[in-house]
Amino acid sequence: MALTENDVARIAHLARIEISDDDRRAMLAQLNDIFAMMEKMQKIDTAGVAPMAHPLGGHQRLREDRVSEADGRDENMKNAPQAADGLFLVPRVVE
Amino acid sequence: MSELAHAGVAELGRLLQQRKVSAVELAKLQLARIEQHRDLNAFLDVRPEVTLAQAKAADERRGRGETGALLGIPIAHKDIFVTRDWASTASSKILQGYMSPFDATVVENLARAGMVCLGKLNCDEFAMGSSNENSAYGNVLNPWDKGAVPGGSSGGSSAAVAARLAPVATATDTGGSIREPAAFTGITGTKPTYGRPSRWGMIAFASSLDTAGLMTRSAEDCALVFNEMLGFDPKDSTSLEAPREDFTRHLDEPLTGLRIGVPKEFFGAGLQPDVGRAVHAALAEFEKLGARLVDISLPNAELGIPVYYVVAPAEASSNLARFDGVRYGHRAARYDDLTDMMKKSRSEGFGPEPKRRILIGTYVLSHGYYDAYFVKAMQVRRLIADDFQRAFAQCDIIASPVTTSVAFGFGEKTTDPVAMYLADLYTVPGSLAGVPSMSIPCGFGDKGRPVGLQLMANHLQEAKMLGVAHRYQQATDWHRRLPQGF
Repeated sequence: MALTENDVARIAHLARIEISDDDRRAMLAQLNDIFAMMEKMQKIDTAGVAPMAHPLGGHQRLREDRVSEADGRDENMKNAPQAADGLFLVPRVVE
Repeated sequence: MSELAHAGVAELGRLLQQRKVSAVELAKLQLARIEQHRDLNAFLDVRPEVTLAQAKAADERRGRGETGALLGIPIAHKDIFVTRDWASTASSKILQGYMSPFDATVVENLARAGMVCLGKLNCDEFAMGSSNENSAYGNVLNPWDKGAVPGGSSGGSSAAVAARLAPVATATDTGGSIREPAAFTGITGTKPTYGRPSRWGMIAFASSLDTAGLMTRSAEDCALVFNEMLGFDPKDSTSLEAPREDFTRHLDEPLTGLRIGVPKEFFGAGLQPDVGRAVHAALAEFEKLGARLVDISLPNAELGIPVYYVVAPAEASSNLARFDGVRYGHRAARYDDLTDMMKKSRSEGFGPEPKRRILIGTYVLSHGYYDAYFVKAMQVRRLIADDFQRAFAQCDIIASPVTTSVAFGFGEKTTDPVAMYLADLYTVPGSLAGVPSMSIPCGFGDKGRPVGLQLMANHLQEAKMLGVAHRYQQATDWHRRLPQGF
């Protein structure tokens, strides 16, 4: 299976990445090389094998829903590209 | 004073305890060396005033009677760990100048033990790479040969420890990012069991694989620092609830009767003769020390790279979705609307390798391909991990080369991602299985470049693995060799 330039454009949009036409062609060739390398995996019989998500079979631990941190709003927002009145500013989304 | 720069953690601990040197003197010495060897480009952020304040505090703690083994010893952190006092960028333009409101747990644990931070170390962008050529802040040079890569992704960590800019450095390993650079620079690089070190404050790449570890001069030094660095952390949802232990407890154990498994799949056609020779000589040395070599097989190991390049990019595409130019990180100057702002910010901020992996990951997780790629890869991952469990029924430790070749030159693999990905052929299987593994120097290959021997142990057996490495280092002096000019 080989990807097409349309596939690259589609996944780039899903991933919110912009790629120029030239870069898209180069990226397409590289991605196809990478997916060709993955084909080896497809030949393996994995019927009945449980997918492995954690190397030691751990479960996702939950914690009690309790306040554990002091309010650090100002410090936590100091890296914001644009902020005002304790809010992150973004372009208008509702007309 | 200059011999002090060549002392490891264990020796510095003794000298500090005997008051033969102070933490402030050590910090000044290392800061001067960092300045002197700036051409290596190992460090991204150095703030002497913060380092010296930490050193002064360590001396004061000792003055009050504290005696910790790490109190006053300098360390440098890979720029994947977030720090309050130094910028945290993951070597990416998208996080340029980012100042974290908190310290990573690993950083905090070592600071509590009194270690003095020298600054932040260069690496591949978001730890994606095997040569450090993917850093947005330039290449790191290999101290053994400035025309060779220092390995990646922890290339700043490996170069700094090899060049004696720091006695120890933190690093992270997702598919080989500690062991490969350690092998390329002739130092000891150790990745503990997945889940032993906290991932809290480690900028996420692939969460089911990301493991913090160390670059040191010796296995003994690593054991001493692991004692303070590793442990359960409730802030990390996949942290192992394993009790604290003394990682030095097996250091003096003889190797008599130890069964070392030698997997035939790691000595195949791709292995360069110079690396093969050094590794076979190391295996012979282990036999001399009383160990027995056992032929073993890890039949699915060759599927490691294809599996890894599905699983890791899938997790990366999800983890890196947080960089949207809204809450922190780079925001484009010009855009039309919210979606366009995110697209432009991400496209300007991420370098080519993160973009490539985000695209691979987005594809394998997308509708219609999820089962064929992502689920399939997670199934084959289990087959690889099961191979390790069968192997560890026959042996106590697995030994192999770390890499197929010694360090390669700049630009040799940058245009061919698949060739670069294959640099991790021997390290990826252990990462997928989550087992502790390390690289120790075992000789030199072509062009006088260092060769690494990989040791792997079963889950939670890092103390035993460090003991095996220590006995080898008691019998050999490869780990004491120094690149010329340092």
